[in-house]
Amino acid sequence: MASTLFDKVWDSHVVRKIEDGPDILFIDRHFIHEVTSPVAFLSLEQRGLNVLYPDRTFATADHNTPTINQHLPVQDPLSANQLKALETYSAKYGISHWGLGNPKNGIVHVVGPENGITQPGMSIVCGDSHTSTHGAFGAIAFGIGTSEVEMVLSSQCIMQPKAKKMRINVNGKLSKGVMPKDVILYIISQTTAAGATGYFVEYAGDVFRNMSMEGRMTVCNMSIEMGARGGMIAPDDTTFNYIKGKDKAPKGTDWDSALAYWKTLKTDEGAEFDKEYNFKAEDIEPMITYGTNPGMGVGISKSIPSAEFIHSNQATFDKSMTYMGFGEGQQMLGKKVDYVFVGSCTNGRIEDFRAFASIVKGRKKADHVTAWIVPGSHVVEAQIKEEGILDILTEAGFSLRQPGCSACLAMNDDKIPTGKYAVSTSNRNFEGRQGPGARTMLASPLVAAAAAVTGVVTDPRTLLN
Amino acid sequence: MAYDKFTILKSSAVPMPIENVDTDQIIPARFLKATERKGFGDNLFRDWRYHNDNSPKTDFVLNNPTYSGKILVGGKNFGSGSSREHAAWAIYDYGFRAVVSSFFADIFKNNSMNIGLLPVQVSEAFLDQIFNQIEKDPDTQIEINLQKQTITLLATGAQETFVINGYKKHNLINGYDDIDYLQSMKEEITRFATSRV
Repeated sequence: MASTLFDKVWDSHVVRKIEDGPDILFIDRHFIHEVTSPVAFLSLEQRGLNVLYPDRTFATADHNTPTINQHLPVQDPLSANQLKALETYSAKYGISHWGLGNPKNGIVHVVGPENGITQPGMSIVCGDSHTSTHGAFGAIAFGIGTSEVEMVLSSQCIMQPKAKKMRINVNGKLSKGVMPKDVILYIISQTTAAGATGYFVEYAGDVFRNMSMEGRMTVCNMSIEMGARGGMIAPDDTTFNYIKGKDKAPKGTDWDSALAYWKTLKTDEGAEFDKEYNFKAEDIEPMITYGTNPGMGVGISKSIPSAEFIHSNQATFDKSMTYMGFGEGQQMLGKKVDYVFVGSCTNGRIEDFRAFASIVKGRKKADHVTAWIVPGSHVVEAQIKEEGILDILTEAGFSLRQPGCSACLAMNDDKIPTGKYAVSTSNRNFEGRQGPGARTMLASPLVAAAAAVTGVVTDPRTLLN
Repeated sequence: MAYDKFTILKSSAVPMPIENVDTDQIIPARFLKATERKGFGDNLFRDWRYHNDNSPKTDFVLNNPTYSGKILVGGKNFGSGSSREHAAWAIYDYGFRAVVSSFFADIFKNNSMNIGLLPVQVSEAFLDQIFNQIEKDPDTQIEINLQKQTITLLATGAQETFVINGYKKHNLINGYDDIDYLQSMKEEITRFATSRV
């Protein structure tokens, strides 16, 4: 019987099926961070349970951390407490821990792949909804709540009903200036913020075949923003070449047998999906969001659509427009930008900073714009310096911060002030996400760069050589 | 026992006819800095409920004494966004025991069931009926019967059945949690792990 990539990976992890209930899935990799694990560990201790497989568990500090002066003690006592808890529990249970200052530290969904921990055909969870990022490798990866973190720590398993299957095909060739971020923003604008709820998505077609691993990670990262449980892309030579030689990648004969297995991980001809979408690459232009959920995005040259057009009720749409200070029919081009944030698990990797640099090179940051340029990890930070990107940034009037989730969710001091407009390469534009009253416009690193140098929403294609 | 058992809930309800209520609204990120599950009820819908100076926003439904109860009724796509289980905790710790909507985001739905908060999915038409009934009479009583999987507007007798999988239903009725179940399977799990290598 023809099965999908999702079926193959899911079914190979089922320990037991419960009658009229969820499947019990074995978890290959459990990533943990300081915000969603301390309460799970506390509960584990209270129940007198142990961590079943510490060597399948990987901890990093990212959500709560400052992005400057990381060598100094963390100022916020609550943040410091959480960071300390993660460190203490990791040491107690023998879990690999990359805290502030560790050369491998960074955002969880950046460091996992970067170190070869994420591999095709694996089941991967983390107490963070953007865990879907790892699906770029042909893994089943999804976010979980704190009770489930405790479940995985104590039993290395999770209970999940098997999701329905969706395939999203994008064929053709992307135009110049169109990035993977634009592809996923376009897809979500078509499916809506709830369009894939209950589904696991497979992304297929030329556009994904031709995309780099970092691009695939950007796309899979935002699967959750259309409500999908997760998103995945079948592994291929691009995937295998990325993983080969990385720290935790299999070596020698282990590599050969792993590779043989990974090559079987694709959807069979004739396999059926519960729902399927087909999009054309040529229809995608640089995108920007105008509203308060990631589905509220448009091509940068277009104007804000009506509530009816996006299948929203008028009251909800009006609330969103009032919050943003925007209105139906308005052009996005030319709108004033106060802040620019480049980073996050969506766009915090080296290719994103190369893209940003390609536009700011030889130009200057607009005077009134505050820019936060935050690498996804120390490894990315080092690459930025090595490749001369830091020099380009400095010359243009930008400074580089230290790794962390930063302004994506503003748990640290990187908060956008009330009423200010930010073009952000992160993944959510909800009310107050980047700070109470902050007005977020999500976009690609190229759009962010164009905004940073002109001070207004600008089509990056007009600034490309 | 992990949380209160859920059998029959009869209560008035708090109406929130807003669509796409995301978990950043339910519990803003700055409140996720806890190392214990305490005080989350105080910060439920914090930024919709209070001004920056902590004075209550009088037009927000939770600050309106006309509405109260153990049931929260929300517009479609309730609980979208972040996987923070803290969102479910905040709703539960505030005092709600059930959330009713025509559509729930997956992770939120799962998190809720894991902590004893029942998500009840009804049709859009029935959701409208509920909102209309609450508007007519803010004290109108709603009965949710988990065993029968029914939700009833007692004033009119209007009723719908809702879907919930048998395993989760059993857990909620008995106040059981998944962790105890999985601990009982440890041998099977370690055998599976060894066979995977």
